[in-house]
Amino acid sequence: MATTEEIRTDLADIVNEVAGIAAEDVQLDKSFVDDLDVDSLSMVEVVVAAEEKFDVKIPDDEVKNLKTVGDAVAFIERAQNG
Amino acid sequence: MTRVFVTGIGATSPVGGDAPSTWDALLEGRSGVRSIDKEWAQQLGTTIAAEVAVDPTEVLERVKARRLDRSGQLALVAGLEAWADSGLAAEDGEDAKVASERLGVAMASGIGGVQTLLSNYDALNEKGPRRVSPLAIPMLMPNSPAANIGLAIGARAGVHTPVSACASGNEAIALGIDMIRLGRADVVVVGGTEAAVHPLPMAAFGQMRALSKRNDDPAAASRPWDKGRDGFVLGEGAAALVLESEEHARARGAKVYAEAAGAGITADSHDIAQPDPVGRGATRAMEMALREADMSPGEVVHINAHATSTPQGDLAEATAIKNALGDAAGNVVLTSTKSMTGHLLGAAGALESVATVLALYHRIVPPTINLDDPEDTGLDVATEPRKLADGPLAALNNSFGFGGHNVAIAFRSV
Repeated sequence: MATTEEIRTDLADIVNEVAGIAAEDVQLDKSFVDDLDVDSLSMVEVVVAAEEKFDVKIPDDEVKNLKTVGDAVAFIERAQNG
Repeated sequence: MTRVFVTGIGATSPVGGDAPSTWDALLEGRSGVRSIDKEWAQQLGTTIAAEVAVDPTEVLERVKARRLDRSGQLALVAGLEAWADSGLAAEDGEDAKVASERLGVAMASGIGGVQTLLSNYDALNEKGPRRVSPLAIPMLMPNSPAANIGLAIGARAGVHTPVSACASGNEAIALGIDMIRLGRADVVVVGGTEAAVHPLPMAAFGQMRALSKRNDDPAAASRPWDKGRDGFVLGEGAAALVLESEEHARARGAKVYAEAAGAGITADSHDIAQPDPVGRGATRAMEMALREADMSPGEVVHINAHATSTPQGDLAEATAIKNALGDAAGNVVLTSTKSMTGHLLGAAGALESVATVLALYHRIVPPTINLDDPEDTGLDVATEPRKLADGPLAALNNSFGFGGHNVAIAFRSV
């Protein structure tokens, strides 16, 4: 099973690919909207790419709760272990 | 009537990645037509096209490029070049030299974001609806290139996308002239873009028997007015011009390439795809452009023709030119730069208007290549670069489209 840091690193690569944010800026305490400037359409792209990468389902109702990178990493960890 | 000046130009074309390199290639008579280096082309009857000389993804930031259809990428490259060339852009923390609310865009396309549409349809069929990009609509909508140029330069007057097949680029120029003359804007970035070198449009044009099949000799395939012509060569690219009111341009001491003096827009109501054999609508478009420009046929020294290298269209246009200009048609130096660039569909009028404006500015007409065995049109087609005389000059650029659309733009030296 992937570690928290492995998930964060892979997620950072996705955010970099989709939104052009430097991967090293994608840290657990960062807010997607307020800190990383990821707009709503880009967030959908991140979610879709993350579902494919981590082989999990991220329901639309859940996405609004994923405010920070840490929220997303924690959700992916739970989903993989669930 | 308010005079409208051309104060900036940009292009990314099959013969050059910007307007200066495109112009140099046209004067050198260099063809941009090549074999399509992709597996899908092999199943088609036509395996050649005029793809852009410089891929837009090499020029644009990666993140910006991936949010645009290829037609939007090309438009942004050409639009930003024209904008920078005009000297209107903000620099060193100062404001742009035109108010946002007085700055408009008219960026045309013939086909729109077809590559995005089709690649997302593939994703839908192969992987399901959740793999369709949330950016698909903002990328494929026909107004996307215009809107993205507007976003990039801060345009808050009208932002438009005229659509009239292969006349679209010229229609955008006509609209830009109108916007300035009606007082709706002081500056309008106008032009056209197209990125349809893709198996579906290629197959569809092939089924219309519209494309050249000279696959074994790509550089010779586009041959307007030559008896051996067998159809057009599909091209891709974008071109843009900055139109500006005389008052605004004079007030800031702008470099002026030419005057966009008038436009003529007519329709054939003859057939959805075939040209009127004697080009009556085309004749009326040229006459209307001359009238609007207050220009006599005798002033016209040069026409950049639509002439796509199809058997019927080239001759119909030649007839139309003779009917529009009368005896003065014999004094016109005619060229078809499509002999080098192929046919850029919705971008054709824009790219050829850039060529027309530069011909007036540099006083030299680019050649029509491949004219080995010319039809007897009675017109003077330049087969080598042709110098133009000193003194005031005027020129026309013609564009015609499926649907029976005819748009002529009249330019004058300044």
